[in-house]
Amino acid sequence: MQVHFEDIAMDYGDKEVLHDLNFVIPEHSLVSILGPSGCGKSTTLMLISGLTFPTKGKIFFNEKEVTKQDAVKRKVGMVFQNYALYPHLSVLENIMFPLKMAKMPKKQRKERALELAKLVQIEDHIHKKPKQLSGGQQQRVAIARALAKEPDILLMDEPLSNLDARLRIEMREEIRRIQQETNVTTIFVTHDQEEALSISDHVMVLNEGHIQQISEPQKLYEHPRNLFVAEFLGNPAINTFDVEDPRVEVSALDIPEAIQHQVKKVGIRPENIVQTMDSAKAFYTGEVTHVERIGKDTSIKLNQDGLAVVTTNIAGKFQIGETLHLTADTKDILYFDAAGQSLLMEEVAQ
Amino acid sequence: MIQKPTWKSSLKAYMYLAPMLIVMLTFNIYPIFKSLAMSFYTDYNFFQDIVNEYGIGNFVDIFQDPNFHIALKNTFIFVLGVVPVSIALSLLIALMLNNIKVLSSFFRTIYFLPFVTSTVAISLVWNWIYHTRFGLMNYFLGWFGIDPVNWLTDPKYALLGLIIMSIWKGLGFNIILFLVGLNNIDESYYSAAKIDGANPWKRFLNITIPLLSPTTFLVTVTGFINNFKVFDEVYAMFQGRPGPGNSALTVVYYLYEKFYTEYNYGEAAAAGVVLFVIILLVTVLQLAYNRKFVHY
Repeated sequence: MQVHFEDIAMDYGDKEVLHDLNFVIPEHSLVSILGPSGCGKSTTLMLISGLTFPTKGKIFFNEKEVTKQDAVKRKVGMVFQNYALYPHLSVLENIMFPLKMAKMPKKQRKERALELAKLVQIEDHIHKKPKQLSGGQQQRVAIARALAKEPDILLMDEPLSNLDARLRIEMREEIRRIQQETNVTTIFVTHDQEEALSISDHVMVLNEGHIQQISEPQKLYEHPRNLFVAEFLGNPAINTFDVEDPRVEVSALDIPEAIQHQVKKVGIRPENIVQTMDSAKAFYTGEVTHVERIGKDTSIKLNQDGLAVVTTNIAGKFQIGETLHLTADTKDILYFDAAGQSLLMEEVAQ
Repeated sequence: MIQKPTWKSSLKAYMYLAPMLIVMLTFNIYPIFKSLAMSFYTDYNFFQDIVNEYGIGNFVDIFQDPNFHIALKNTFIFVLGVVPVSIALSLLIALMLNNIKVLSSFFRTIYFLPFVTSTVAISLVWNWIYHTRFGLMNYFLGWFGIDPVNWLTDPKYALLGLIIMSIWKGLGFNIILFLVGLNNIDESYYSAAKIDGANPWKRFLNITIPLLSPTTFLVTVTGFINNFKVFDEVYAMFQGRPGPGNSALTVVYYLYEKFYTEYNYGEAAAAGVVLFVIILLVTVLQLAYNRKFVHY
């Protein structure tokens, strides 16, 4: 089912947390809502679920308006951050609970719950209580319960945040597998960019209650629509330079003539910065202040009169204090205007 | 540092424990065994503390005493009348206090007041409420066209009057316990149940009731124990009589009469032992039930 927000605004007391949200989440897709904490991503999810209601605007599921319907009527599936499994019911009873509420006959209920237990690979533990399960198993049960009534929309609120690093990677692949097997429209809230970029069809970046960009994960990284998205995504973070900064040799960057007078800032990802021996071609020259090696990755931090740059794409061994000349390919440079909007956006197809 | 216990160190330890141990032995442990022993004194000289004969005669006597039968019957009616209604009412009020935020702390105080007020004062006030001609109760019943009831003088209604007052008196404490229990239920279970399509009534049945069961268990057990021991309400409400025509005679009141009016210590102790066994059995039954239905 398609989810459509039309001019949604949401206040908590006198604080507006969402402002004029407009978006469409296409049917059968897995969409992540990504943003820093407090950006309104969980609120957006709650609005879709019907557990809270917008102050203004309309919500549609396909063509049908559901703004006024509460969670009991909307019939979406939801996986909570803490899973919220009913502690007094066994795994099987937890999965059957939504079916019991839908008054499905007992025998059918059990068959369906067993089917789901198999789908999420928890069938060996169906008679245990939630307390007896590990975090990953609890999450599987939560997903099975959310899917039990065959919802058209599955919502997940930071479902991986309670798991350890390795399990998180395993479970996010599981979520992708289950989503593809069931083909349910899935909306996944996270603050972890790696999670969002790795499993989603589309990513919606939110900040301070505004949508920053909705696009495919790779485009989000390569063609951010504004400075916020560019800086939020990527680790280590993107290097940004003010074009008027005297420490940067702007002429070496070859800014296209058509936008030259608009460009206020340029951004270059650490992996796109390379070393040059020809100091005339360098846009930046600095001293190595820090060399960090983690496994196969090396990141080098340079400094020139307080302007720091991080690069991850320079081979060789460097000593602290050594001077390096840096350059970058024109096609890898992002340009932003005074308002922080990306220039040359025609390249970005939505 | 773990030392090997020596005679000296053990003695020192017992010296520290002695004050508490002496108080407990004198006022808790000794009376328990003494009263148990006393229930078997069939021939006892109180003034010289000489027991001439032991036996089960006291138990035989009280079980043949029609007054004891009345006391047992009244106590059971009283307990079965007070405990379930009190639990249901206090749960209902706790739910309302939990949902309606306006003035909820004010009402919480109001409902808790009976708990901190002395039973005698409460009984005196209820004496007025139950007054046949000027009482609020009959005035209230009059609205529904019910003729005035002789609450305190009619043997048919005396026990009912006692039950109503005791329910009211016990509400405050139970409400506080239920409010704590309700607050301990995580809001996310209700959110999950809403998502799962449970309407308010089903959320109450499937989330509130099972997750509140530890509290309900506590309230039930203490309710049974306290109400089996009912005495002061009777004494204060009927001015030192067990109601008109023994209609509000309870086991503890029976025990009191045997002891202080008839000076029949053996039978008083026997009645105490019988009450103890009843409470023990009821509590054991509840524990067995607890293991099956209470979820922690």
